[in-house]
Amino acid sequence: MIRLAGIEKRFGPVLANRGATLEVSAGEIHALVGENGAGKSTLMRILSGMFQPNAGRMEVAGKDVTGWSTAEAIKAGVGMVHQHFMLVPTLTVTENITLGAELTKGGGRLDRARGRAEMQALIERTGLHVPPEHRVADLTVGEAQRVEILKTLYRGAKVLILDEPTAVLSPAEVNELWRVLRKLRDEGGTIVLITHKLDEVMAISETITVMRQGETVGRLKTASTSPAEIAKMMVGREVVLAQRTADTRPKAQDPRPQAVAALEVKDLTVPSARKKNAVDGISFSVAPGEILGIAGVEGNGQTELIEAIAGLRDVASGSITMADTDISRLSVRKRGDLGLSHIPEDRHERGLILEYSVAANLILGQQHRFTKRGALDVTRIAEHARRLIAAFDIRPADASLPARALSGGNQQKIVIAREMGGARDFKILLASQPTRGVDVGAIEFIHAQLRAARDAGKGVLLVSADLNEVLALSDRIAVMYGGRVVAIVPGASATAEALGSFMTGAAA
Amino acid sequence: MRAKLEEALLPPIVALLIALIVGDVLILSFGQSPAAVFRLLLEGTWGNAYGFGQVLYKATMLTFTGLAVGLALRAGLFNIGAESQLAAGGFAAALVGLVLPAGLPALLVLPAYVLAAAVGGGAVGIVPGVLKARFGAHEVITTIMLNFIVLALLNYLIAERFSVHDTLHTAEIKSGALPRLADVFPAFHGSAANTVLFLGVLVVAALWWFLFRTRAGFELRAVGLQPRAAEYGGVRVGRVWWTSMALAGAVAGIGGLNYVLGYKRYYEEGFGAGAGFLGIAVALVGRNHPVGIVIAAVLFATLSQGGLAVNALVPKQMVDVLQAVVIISMATAVPEVRRALLAIRPAASAKATA
Repeated sequence: MIRLAGIEKRFGPVLANRGATLEVSAGEIHALVGENGAGKSTLMRILSGMFQPNAGRMEVAGKDVTGWSTAEAIKAGVGMVHQHFMLVPTLTVTENITLGAELTKGGGRLDRARGRAEMQALIERTGLHVPPEHRVADLTVGEAQRVEILKTLYRGAKVLILDEPTAVLSPAEVNELWRVLRKLRDEGGTIVLITHKLDEVMAISETITVMRQGETVGRLKTASTSPAEIAKMMVGREVVLAQRTADTRPKAQDPRPQAVAALEVKDLTVPSARKKNAVDGISFSVAPGEILGIAGVEGNGQTELIEAIAGLRDVASGSITMADTDISRLSVRKRGDLGLSHIPEDRHERGLILEYSVAANLILGQQHRFTKRGALDVTRIAEHARRLIAAFDIRPADASLPARALSGGNQQKIVIAREMGGARDFKILLASQPTRGVDVGAIEFIHAQLRAARDAGKGVLLVSADLNEVLALSDRIAVMYGGRVVAIVPGASATAEALGSFMTGAAA
Repeated sequence: MRAKLEEALLPPIVALLIALIVGDVLILSFGQSPAAVFRLLLEGTWGNAYGFGQVLYKATMLTFTGLAVGLALRAGLFNIGAESQLAAGGFAAALVGLVLPAGLPALLVLPAYVLAAAVGGGAVGIVPGVLKARFGAHEVITTIMLNFIVLALLNYLIAERFSVHDTLHTAEIKSGALPRLADVFPAFHGSAANTVLFLGVLVVAALWWFLFRTRAGFELRAVGLQPRAAEYGGVRVGRVWWTSMALAGAVAGIGGLNYVLGYKRYYEEGFGAGAGFLGIAVALVGRNHPVGIVIAAVLFATLSQGGLAVNALVPKQMVDVLQAVVIISMATAVPEVRRALLAIRPAASAKATA
């Protein structure tokens, strides 16, 4: 059905795909797995016509379709459901689904009645239940995702590509999604599922393609493999799965109970654009010399919590205290001066100014410390950059390059160097998805940095979508679900299974 | 460094070449020789002291308005209001001139004029900035609308209150009028070029330093590039918006001195004559860099003065067409050209490094 061979895709200096291959037969559910940044999404965007490959060959249903456009892909029945929804929030479900393929009765007038009828039929047939007359802005994330799938099916997709569809779903919604996907397959559809979660792979797929650093490293039958084998292929060595129980587990030393917490959050409520609060009355504290990990399905308020602590989002009520100072109304700069460092989850939007040089990025947020009577102190900025580039092994070691020119791992090192080794003597570090989209070597480096900060008596608040990362690093683990902390457990005794049931809200 | 310079210079050069080709076609369609027309254009501008003086005068005006647009663009804001900011600056200076007694030496009163012009322009500039920071009103809409309001208000004030009988200008300023270049170099006789030119050079240098060497400039450019990253970096984005709009307005306002203090020594309705709008093109061609803006200002001033010189052979509107072609090519065609060039180059550069 689908055959991709020798696909290469380059973005500037970065090679996202190098010789990637993929084979999917008609009527199966195929899992495309790999770590963040392995090139899965890029490969699927090439298949769906969003990107054109620099080299390689693509075949769909026996025809050469190398470098086709999205329009051609849709016409041939290949549709992709993206990780980030591409919906118009102010339009209704029906309007969103029919957008660009509207039914008209002469003179360009919309045939609303027929549109509604078709929508109802599609919803019945697929079992993807959403209220067709509601505005997309009023839907839950799970419902919005169903709209995305319906939109793709409405255009006649027979090959459905889903990019990390469960990242934003609750466990119940995940089960519902599996049911729908199986039904689509039974009716002759072909499904490619991008994921890095192994339990999902085992639960739903029939065949598996594993990618690592842009390459396809293996093709497996789900029935005859194990999570350990897949994980090994993904990472390229004996794996974290086994490793974390043994030597990477934090030493059993209890976080000493301290008189003053490095960070204390009390009854914090943060409003959201939807009706429900994004953060709904959360309390916890981080002791000096402790890593508190926050586990949870993405979209359960983690982003809003971190932004509220960092000063990037207004809080409705509650307090955020650092060493007895309530910082919840202070400016971002004042919080930084009090010793709050922040590795933001999106380095391209928040953490770096991509057009600025590495040296300029290394002072972002601390620029007032590199100023003499209003003027930038160029000499000290250069010295500072030289020191951090050497200490954090940022490559290439050229402070004048724009941050845009560096690889993902090295860009993240700029952020980490600035926040952890910069001019600020930090007391608490907010680390949000610190290893997202960086290569394996950089992941280990970043983990070592976080442990070193903890050992130096700093408080670390870690948020990660990667449960293994949270388990490997945390002294205590808080689980967020629906804007609340539903459990706080010691890291030493936590298991993925136990956390998983909290993350679904089941055990709460 | 080479790549950076190339990126900065290539688009304007390509835009000029396109304008040159379009100009040739136009001239030929009028049955004239392009070589003769362009020779006349150069002779009438750079070829004699009077023409050159006029170019300098117009370039000074365009430098100020170009800086006003370019500075705001560095902060991510489209300042379409330079026209009214320029007028308000000139008007404020003229008012101060009416108040100050005659005979005070220029060095003493000059700071007062600069301050008045800056405050006048800045007051017009700050309004859209505050509206955006406070209410999220889009600055393109508010600056355009404010142009109408401010210009109409100034017209009313001039017509009803301040004009000399039977004219649309104020009474002449008695103190601190600046010498024209013709006073020093008689060859410039008759041209409007004056010593506000040097004030312009000073402002260009000051803004370069501000943008690239100060913390405030660092933060302003950060807001223009990535407002969310700037916010993360402790920058108050709203504050940068209104301060940069105020500063942009002040710069445009000081440009008003070029006419009011340096040339006519009074405020006259409509003295800006579109320099505020042409400033948008100047900033675009000058790539929002102070030095680039000066070069672009000289270019556009040459075209506009040259239009008068070639009027004998072709309609002077031809140079308006040329200006428009430069603007359109800068805004659209050039990125395409560059992409095409870049697509050819990797092969060549790969060979070079091998």
